[in-house]
Amino acid sequence: MSKDEHREGIKGMANPTRYGIERVAYWLMRLSGLGLLAYFVGHIYETSNILRGQVGWNEFLELTQTTEGHLVLAIVIAMCVFHTVNGIRVMLGHGGIGVGKPARPDYPYEPASQNYRHKIGIYSAILLAAIAMMYGLAVMFGE
Amino acid sequence: MAQVSSISNEQTSPTSKLITLRISRFNPEHDESSGFMEFSVSYEKWTTVLEAILDVKKHHDHSVGVRYSCRQATCGSCGMIINGKPRLACFTKISELNSDVVTVEPMNNFPIIRDLAVKFEKLFDTHQKIKPYLIRDDTEIESNEKEFLQSPEEVEQYIQFANCIKCGLCNSACPTMATDSSFVGPQALAQAYRYVADSRDKGKDSRLKIIDDSHGIWRCHFAGSCSQVCPKGVDPAMGIQLLRGYMLGFRS
Repeated sequence: MSKDEHREGIKGMANPTRYGIERVAYWLMRLSGLGLLAYFVGHIYETSNILRGQVGWNEFLELTQTTEGHLVLAIVIAMCVFHTVNGIRVMLGHGGIGVGKPARPDYPYEPASQNYRHKIGIYSAILLAAIAMMYGLAVMFGE
Repeated sequence: MAQVSSISNEQTSPTSKLITLRISRFNPEHDESSGFMEFSVSYEKWTTVLEAILDVKKHHDHSVGVRYSCRQATCGSCGMIINGKPRLACFTKISELNSDVVTVEPMNNFPIIRDLAVKFEKLFDTHQKIKPYLIRDDTEIESNEKEFLQSPEEVEQYIQFANCIKCGLCNSACPTMATDSSFVGPQALAQAYRYVADSRDKGKDSRLKIIDDSHGIWRCHFAGSCSQVCPKGVDPAMGIQLLRGYMLGFRS
């Protein structure tokens, strides 16, 4: 990327503070996607330990039974739920569903595509992710 | 490069207030990096950011580089980053910003000419790329009718997107534009929808082929920042999603 182009770069892309809850959802979607990808790679490594036999498998599985392991799994649960629910919202939007109808705009030009349906979808995704994470924590630490 | 100056009191009225106007200064021909110059400027309730910048040019530093023309949000020349968000300087009142400090910078994702003025070549190139005109086999002259008739409902399908003034604010706010220099951008994609949705146009297939590219419509992730900064209510995010609806078979 050339400096001449004056692009914001990753820093600008990842800044969720300026454009409302939709940009926060965009940022969380990227973050949770990368997190789930990292978990997926780690999960493949984890399950590959079965090749070391039952002892090796049990040894590695103990890592997930620690406090840190529980916290990581709780974050994975939250990422998974948010990515799923928000992903459904985004997929519907990508098909042109729920983004409003074209009409002559009136000042102050509230964009119809940023309507309450999508805002409810975003807040629902965040809320469900938080509930799922708390439920996961309760199950894991309640044992 | 910081410098503080104030406009003389003879220019101010009893109802005026003072703000600090921070102007980004950068000349790519001889500057290594950008810096800010600060000016103390008086303003009234109705004073726009552009008027404040022009005050600075008139009274303090005429070398400040800024592009403007109509001063009424019609020409799309004076787009810039004002207090962190892309806005038209002529359409943004200082009193609406609720800040004692107003920082103006050149728009992101556009090469800088000097200070606040940026190059629009890429914007116009991508706009031209999506064929921003009616495509038909026949012409008005050859047709038996004098004009291509449309119902009010057919006009409603695209008229919102015809309001685009090519100011570039949407491209400046877009998170994909921030990292992908080959992305077509929300401005051009919204204009592609404008013509695809026009009942007089017969060029849908050729336009969809142009934007069906790895750096085309599929790079839009519906962050919606483009629609939030549009000063004309065009709502490019809606146009892009509706356009993608055609490509995914949700619309015909």
